[in-house]
Amino acid sequence: MAKSVLSVRDLVVEIPTRHAVLRPVDKVSFDIAAGEILGVVGESGAGKSMTGNAVIGLLDRPAHIASGEIWLNGQRVDNLRRDQIRSVRGKEIGMVFQDPLTSLNPLLPIGEQLTETILEHLPVSKQEAEDRAVAALEEVGIPAAAARINSYPHEFSGGMRQRVVIALALCAEPSLVIADEPTTALDVSVQAQIIALLKQLCRERGTAVMLVTHDMGVIAEAVDRVAVMYAGRLAELGPVREVLTRPAHPYTRGLMASTPLASKGHTRLNQIPGAMPPLARLPKGCAFHPRCPEVQDKCLSDPGPTLSGCGGRAACWFATEEVA
Amino acid sequence: MTALAQAWRSDFMWSFRHSPVAVVSFFMVLVLVSGAVFAPLVAPHNPFDPASLNLMNGFSQPMQPNAFTGDVFWLGTDDQGRDVFSTILYGMRISLFVGFCAVLFAMVLGVTLGLIAGYSGGMVSTVIMRIADVQLTFPAILVAMLIFGIAKGFTPVHLRDQMAIWVLILAIGLSDWVQFARVVRGATMVEKRKEYVQAAHLNGRKAVGIMIRHILPNVVGPVLVIATISLALAIIAEATLSFLGVGAPPTQPSLGTLIRIGQGFLFSGEWWILFFPAVTLLALALSVNLLGDWLRDVLNPRLR
Repeated sequence: MAKSVLSVRDLVVEIPTRHAVLRPVDKVSFDIAAGEILGVVGESGAGKSMTGNAVIGLLDRPAHIASGEIWLNGQRVDNLRRDQIRSVRGKEIGMVFQDPLTSLNPLLPIGEQLTETILEHLPVSKQEAEDRAVAALEEVGIPAAAARINSYPHEFSGGMRQRVVIALALCAEPSLVIADEPTTALDVSVQAQIIALLKQLCRERGTAVMLVTHDMGVIAEAVDRVAVMYAGRLAELGPVREVLTRPAHPYTRGLMASTPLASKGHTRLNQIPGAMPPLARLPKGCAFHPRCPEVQDKCLSDPGPTLSGCGGRAACWFATEEVA
Repeated sequence: MTALAQAWRSDFMWSFRHSPVAVVSFFMVLVLVSGAVFAPLVAPHNPFDPASLNLMNGFSQPMQPNAFTGDVFWLGTDDQGRDVFSTILYGMRISLFVGFCAVLFAMVLGVTLGLIAGYSGGMVSTVIMRIADVQLTFPAILVAMLIFGIAKGFTPVHLRDQMAIWVLILAIGLSDWVQFARVVRGATMVEKRKEYVQAAHLNGRKAVGIMIRHILPNVVGPVLVIATISLALAIIAEATLSFLGVGAPPTQPSLGTLIRIGQGFLFSGEWWILFFPAVTLLALALSVNLLGDWLRDVLNPRLR
């Protein structure tokens, strides 16, 4: 575990409301090693983004980390004071947001935003920071980077802007990048490019990536390991090939079955019956049991094993035996 | 960058050129403001220099030679032989100065409080905005009179006339910050949610830095519009206060003071002493207001 860049242990995020304390993230544990890409998938509201926000410390009140630990490069970061968090997370974590329209300040030239970030975190001169900014833009494939350094965000297309955002996330040489649905707002035609770019750059630098998405295609293409989340809990965690080809949790099997495939022909798309229950009315026992095709008596009362990050691949009593 | 700035400029200019109201009111403002600024050069004489006055010229009618001296005054004279045209130019200086300073003060105060309220939210926001709400329930002129009265009470007697202008600015400014604060707070709350602000946050920037560098430039558009419209209101507020006798002193008469003085002569037939300052005030307030309206339409992307 010493080698992992990020390690999350039994993370619980709570939102106290008038009626009950909601747990959008419930006992989630995972590790990401240097140069590794971890995909986090799940339906809307499964707690994917909430987990990401908890890691970078951007939870909006009243949501807060109730228990658990977050370790970044061997330093515990979840219990740091606000000003301490600031110095750690800005330097060590880069963030790629969902919507490139709003993740750049519309009134500042992109070069200035890059230089500012570099100067903030790296001990370099102004001139060097500017050179690095140009280099960063070149690296993400912006043509004529030196000329475009003074352009404003609205002068770029969506895909180009997302490239700039990636450059911005990587320019301070962070050890972890959190990408929260980085391709959702983009044209299908550029999604693959952006994912490939992110993958390539992080591989080269040995940056760990937490890639939050609900696109199974992205998962299959880019990530090393997958964490499947359902109703705030980790349903399954494992190497991408294992999970995609031999899903152990019934929920993952459902997800896989409902991914459209051209080779399947024009049959009706499979779906998991029902919808994810709201956090305030989670069923007793395993949260997935009302929709689970393999539900048994035990599932109605007992919430299933918790994935610790080391033992067990799926949080299901009746997970298919792991075929090593 | 320059190409884009030019494109934006030309867009702006195009809309200006194609709005007769904007062109007319702009030139009206230009004429009035330059008349006020260059009053010492434009005015036939300094109406507040007793040496340049001749009491025999009192109550001259506009455009007619005085019965005793034969001097001709364009807009007539008042009871002390002061040229009305000159007093208007000098009076407008004070009106505009008070208006500008009051709006500037209200803007700085309102934008600061609005930014703080919008950014921090919670208790801080509640306190600031409730104060604003309470103040809104009183007519602005009443608030200004109250502040003017209190501030005057605190200034020493021998400084009162000198300080009157500054007290006036304080009073009008304090009565006018609310709308700036409200608009900026709303815009800040929208801007705060955007990801570039979160990114700046993540980047380790302090709250004050984020507010000034990232949020302020993005909320400044509507502020400029309000400032223009506020300027017209502030000029009128100053005139109202002066008309009521609580504003600029007779030794430094603003347009409002001139109207108050002129009002005393209305029923004895010397209409010009009231009429011309009043028309000037009307023209000034109207043209600034129309300019502000046009600016609001141009800068509001939703109305384009």
